[in-house]
Amino acid sequence: MSLGMLAAAGGEEGFTAPNQDIFWQPIFGTSGALAVTRPAVVLVISAVIIALVLNWATKRLTVVPGKRQMGMEATYGLVRNSIARDIIGSHDFLKFVPMLFTMFVLILVNNLFGIVPPFQYPTMSRIAFPLVLALVVYGTYHFLGIKKRGLGGHIGSMVPPGLPGWIKPLVFLLELITYFVTRPVTLALRLFGNMFAGHILLVLFITGGEYMLLHSGSLGLQLFSIPTFAMGIVMTLFELLVEFLQAYIFTLLAALYIAGSLADEH
Amino acid sequence: MSGNIAILGYGLSAIGPGIGVGLIFAAYINGVARQPEARGMLQTIAFLGFALTEALAIFGLALAFVFR
Repeated sequence: MSLGMLAAAGGEEGFTAPNQDIFWQPIFGTSGALAVTRPAVVLVISAVIIALVLNWATKRLTVVPGKRQMGMEATYGLVRNSIARDIIGSHDFLKFVPMLFTMFVLILVNNLFGIVPPFQYPTMSRIAFPLVLALVVYGTYHFLGIKKRGLGGHIGSMVPPGLPGWIKPLVFLLELITYFVTRPVTLALRLFGNMFAGHILLVLFITGGEYMLLHSGSLGLQLFSIPTFAMGIVMTLFELLVEFLQAYIFTLLAALYIAGSLADEH
Repeated sequence: MSGNIAILGYGLSAIGPGIGVGLIFAAYINGVARQPEARGMLQTIAFLGFALTEALAIFGLALAFVFR
């Protein structure tokens, strides 16, 4: 309803709701589909910031940690203890902590850039970035499974044991689809979809409020822009939660898939 | 007013996951209320279930924009 109202009140142009085109923001090299875009620049900046902060926080390590070491240890401890050790198991989780920690921090910082000015662009709202991360996880768990059991053993281990014989082909087909299609696709799409939807929502509230306040020309809509801006602020806080949660969930699922490939026979 | 019917499809696809996520967190709250010391373990499972359920709604969102 509000969109129709806005379009009616807007006169010659009207308000256009944000769609997926707002994410295509090339910075230079715009000929054709190849360009250096804003998310690529944001990703490079995030990598530099992560490297600098981690170096700064771990410069002088002490047994009794200072403030900055404490903060870093809390982040590291979350990935090491409550994700890697609890899910992969205490025997061989240490090998995977660097990978999981890198993923967690990279996704977290890039997600947070969605609401931190002057970046304000969640890198993961372009499908290419979460897709690459998901492919890294995909390659890792298949490689580990094949290394541990061999190719046939890895494929065979997808079927849980103890099933009656007639149902095995059916379950095998389902598990094959799960391992090769569903897992990487959902891993990439979950991160992408959350960032994409959240960013569109924020842009809708902020640009909608701005339009009503400055361009609508009617007092009622100008007053209505106040709750719209308030909702934009509330959604920003909600985004903060979602951004952290998605980084956590991506790392959690990566650890779970790796654990599945490493697990001994049931 | 104009729009795209695919967005309605997203609304429909969000119903099931919405109920599912509600059930998962209801079970989580029940579990923590009964046995507060199991919170850490239940939290991991709850977020895992939440992530798997939410994936269906995310499919709906992606397809709504693919077929617009």
